[in-house]
Parts: sequence; C-alpha cells; structure tokens
Amino acid sequence: MIRFDDVTKQYPDGTVAVDHLTLTAPTGKITVLVGPSGCGKTTSLRMVNRMIEPTSGTITLDGQDTGRMDEAEMRRGIGYVIQHAGLFPHRTVLDNVGTVPRLLGWDRKKTRDRSRELLERVGLAPELADRYPSQLSGGQQQRVGVARALAADPPVMLMDEPFSAVDPVVRDQLQDVFLDLQSELGKTIVFVTHDIDEAIKLGDQVAVLRVGGKLAQVSDPAYLLTHPVDDFVADFVGRDRGYRSLQFQPAPRLPLRSERTLVVGESTVGLTEPWVLVVDDERRPLGWVEPARVNGEVTSEALHRGGTVARASGSLRGALDAALSSPSRRGVIVDDSGTLVGTVRGHEVLSLIESAERPDVDRPDALAGHRGEGLA
Amino acid sequence: MTWVNDHWGDIFTLARSHVWLAGVPLILGLLIALPLGWAARRWSRLYPVLISTSGLLYTIPSLALFVLMPIILGTKVLDPVNVVVAMTIYTVALLVRTVADGLGSVPDHVLQAARAMGYGGLRRFFGVELPLAVPVIAAGLRVAAVSNVSIVSVASLIGVPQLGNLLTDGYDRFITAEIIAGIVACVVLALVFDGLILLGERLLTPWRRAQVVRS
Ligand SMILES: Nc1ncnc2c1ncn2[C@@H]1O[C@H](COP(=O)(O)OP(=O)(O)OP(=O)(O)O)[C@@H](O)[C@H]1O
Ligand SMILES: [Mg+2]
Repeated sequence: MIRFDDVTKQYPDGTVAVDHLTLTAPTGKITVLVGPSGCGKTTSLRMVNRMIEPTSGTITLDGQDTGRMDEAEMRRGIGYVIQHAGLFPHRTVLDNVGTVPRLLGWDRKKTRDRSRELLERVGLAPELADRYPSQLSGGQQQRVGVARALAADPPVMLMDEPFSAVDPVVRDQLQDVFLDLQSELGKTIVFVTHDIDEAIKLGDQVAVLRVGGKLAQVSDPAYLLTHPVDDFVADFVGRDRGYRSLQFQPAPRLPLRSERTLVVGESTVGLTEPWVLVVDDERRPLGWVEPARVNGEVTSEALHRGGTVARASGSLRGALDAALSSPSRRGVIVDDSGTLVGTVRGHEVLSLIESAERPDVDRPDALAGHRGEGLA
Repeated sequence: MTWVNDHWGDIFTLARSHVWLAGVPLILGLLIALPLGWAARRWSRLYPVLISTSGLLYTIPSLALFVLMPIILGTKVLDPVNVVVAMTIYTVALLVRTVADGLGSVPDHVLQAARAMGYGGLRRFFGVELPLAVPVIAAGLRVAAVSNVSIVSVASLIGVPQLGNLLTDGYDRFITAEIIAGIVACVVLALVFDGLILLGERLLTPWRRAQVVRS
C-alpha cells in the first residue's frame, strides 16, 4: 500500500505542482493518476521513490515513511517505467532489462536468464535481445521499459505514461499485455496517464487531478463515469461518458437470433437477403457479403469487414457497438472461443440498457471516500 | 634524404621521447579533468569559474610555462618532468570543458531513469554518464593530442630532447632535410595519436554503430 498524506510540492520557482494530496494506492491494485498536462502527475509519482522531495506531507510504503529509507536501496525495490521509455542507449536490450538485478548483485547468468524470460513475457522476440534501443520501434522500446521495471520482481511499480508514444493499435495491445501480466502478478501499481480512456481501461481506481495539483475525484472507473463530482471531472471524462460507462455493465442474456451463414467459396445465387454473414470452417465470423453484388461464389475480397464483434460474456458497450458498426445492422456475437452464437439488433440492446438498473446510482463512493472539492 | 637515412636511430629516439612527453600528459590530464569536469556539472556555480580558469591557463605561452616549472616545482632545469607537468596543465585546460560538456550531453531522461533504477552516485557516473559522454570526450581528446604533439616540440628550447630538436637543429645548421623530417615525424605522430583515440572510441561505443531501424 502506498499512501500520500497531505503531500505538497512547491518547486523553487514557486510553482505548486502538487497541492495537499491525500491518496491511497491499495496493495495489488492499479491506481491511475490522470489529468491534463502539467497537473502534477509526474511530480506525484516521483515523490513516491524520492526522486523529488515533497515540500510537506509524508508518503508511506506499507506504513514506512519513504523519506527515512535509503534512497538507492528503496528505488531498487520499486519498478519504475519512465515517460518515453528512457532506455540506456549504450546497453543492449538484454542488459537494459537486467539493470536492477545487476545493481542488486545477481550474477550474470541469473540476470540474463531472467531478462530473457521477461522479454518473452512482454511479447518481444528473442532476436531483439542483442539490439540497442535505437534499433527498436517506439512500441518495442516501451515494452523493454516495462520489462526493465519488472526485472527484479518488485512488489511496487510506478509507471509514467508507459504507453504514450505509440499509435492507438499498439497502445491497445500493450495495455492488454499489461493487464494480463498484472492479473498474474498482482503488483501495487501507480500508473500515470493523461488519456482518460487508458485510465478507465486499466484502473482499479482512478484519481483525477486538476492543474495546480489538486485531487478532483478518486473512485473506481465505473463510478467516475456515472458520477463525476464536478464540471471539471465531467468535462475531463468526456462527452460520450454515458456510452463508455456501458463498458462496465455486463451484458445480460442477449436476445440472440440465429443467422444464416455462408463459407468462402459457397454460392450466393438465389439468396434474397441484402446481407449474409460469412464464417470460416470453425464458425468464426469473417465478415458480411451482399449476395446481390456478388452473384456467384463468395470470395474473400468481397467481404465487408467493418463490423466489430462482441463477446456474449462481454459488456453492453461491446454488444451495442457490434450492432452499430455492422453493415447489416445486426451485431455479431461470439462466445469466448470466437465461435458465432448469433446476432443482436441495436434497439434490442438499447431496451436492455433501459430496463437495466442504472448502476450504482446511490452508492456511496466505494474506494477512498475522497470526492475532492467542487470547482470554486 | 640521405640525412634521414643516416639518422634513423636519432629520429627514432627523439620520437620515442616525444610520444612520452605528449602522451603521458594526455592520460594524466584526462584523469584530472574527469573529476573537475564532473564537479563543474555538479555545482553549476563552479562551471564558469573552471571554464574561464582553464581557458586562461591555455593562453600562457608554452615557453613561459616550461621556464616557470623548475621554479614552481623545485625541479632541475633540464628535468623532463617540467615538460610533463606543463603539458598536463594544458591538457587539463582543454579537457575540463570537454568533460563537462560531454557529461552534459547525456540526455536527462536517461539520467532520471538511472536514478529511478537505484543507481548511486559513483556507479551512475561510471555505469551510465561516462560511457555516454565518451563520444564528446574522445573528440576533445583528439584535439588535445594534436595540440600536445605540436606544443611539446617547443621543449627543445629548454633542452628537453624530442622531435622539436630536429627543427631547432636543422634551423641552426641549415639542414632542410632535417627540418622536413621533423615536421613529417610530428605530423605522423599526431596522426597515430588521433588514430589510436579513434580506435579506442569505437571500441567503447559499439552502440553508436548499431544500424538505426527507427529513431
Ligand atoms: N523542476 C521543476 N521546476 C519548476 N517547475 C516544475 C519542475 N518540474 C515540473 N514543474 C512544473 O510543475 C507542474 C507539474 O509538472 P509535472 O511534470 O508533474 O506535470 P505532469 O502532470 O506530469 O505533466 P505531463 O502530462 O505534461 O507530463 C508543471 O506546471 C510544471 O511546469
Ligand atoms: Mg509527466
């Protein structure tokens, strides 16, 4: 558990970067600090491992004041992913990952074995081990940064915008890898981002900071989306927060319809429907075809692949998005192995949403109880 | 050319002492400049003081410095130590700034990463800062090496033998071949120093030659 107790940081030039921050990051959970640029996220993070000294207040790690610990030793016990990866340009990927184990005095062999294992865990090909950071793409560098922070298996991780410098697709992959790892490792993580979507996706708890370093609200992501505490938070979590909060509503039994399907190579002659779903040999959906246009064998090129696919066990957001993005207006639903189970229509999902209870309407703020002050 | 053929042995002996008088100060100077350059970075108020002091030192005429050495050090007038110490001073004067700038060229995010990983002061210096400063320091070292080879030749005037003797002797006795031999030998020596430093730099910085896939 990491606890900020009335922590303030004022830089020598007078800038108050963090203003009376009180916040607890619970053990084994991901706490996300999110807020606009310059709101004091990095400063808060760096005060935990004493790279920045707080002006006042205390920060404790499992009840121990970090200000009283030996700095270098404490830092070796805290994984740190620096903004923009910050890899050592003069060391190979493998040696970068092995940095903290070497500082802790592990022998060369053990360090190398551990580093290789970690590269694999974060999804990097073993051939990359002997490259230098300048020979990696941005996404690969960020993976190395995460592997390096994990190397000595620290119970606590501080991550400063670890996935910011990559395109949305890669970022999404990295986030999934990260969530997978965390579900296995259960570390106590403070994660900094300015991207509210990332915060909502990754956080067990999300703390929204406003410029000037004041905590605006802290709660679990679902509650944050449905109950922003003031205009600033409401604005920050975004205009489509109603839609996004559906992500936290598990889909109840969806009214699935069975769907007539084709496989590639089958003929469309005689079909009268405007859109027919094409699946592979294992009934995994591939895309939609317009029989009237194909008029013959279904080819792979004729497939319309624009629609998203939702899992039956997923959220209402996924189901609604599948319906909205489907050219036939029928949302494709699969089971956990990716096999087609049926389709669903947008208005059916909407009536499910309407009949479902709005989640957590009168729930007291569950996690930290802190709701910050309203806009002055 | 017959002069050169007849004096290979002399040239070789003089060249050897030239290497010694220029090379030893280069190494000593670097060793002294490292902590000074580090201090200049560490305490920002020291930086301008160290830089202007070393700049001033470099403007002292070499002959004056050679002549002053016995007085300051209490050594004998003909003692080669005078030259070594004077040349070391020049080298330090050139390299303090180089070392400070080299350490300053290490990207801040790399330094912050090193701190965050739990690198303590000395290990951070030798493990991260110094290796990354090598390209800048090596460039300064090459300038200092060439400058040393050239300045050392003045030491003939105070009677410490090295390749400069070929120049003074050739001048005194109107032996053009000897003067040319002296110049060529100095140039060759400077090139050898330069090549060795370049080689050392390449060995120490394999990462700079790594083919960049994406920057
Ligand atoms: N060393 C410093 N001296 C003075 N002011 C600083 C210093 N470092 C940061 N600041 C200021 O403190 C505030 C918070 O900075 P911080 O880096 O913590 O923001 P951040 O939330 O991490 O921003 P970003 O999303 O851009 O990384 C900013 O106004 C910044 O200008
Ligand atoms: Mg930041």
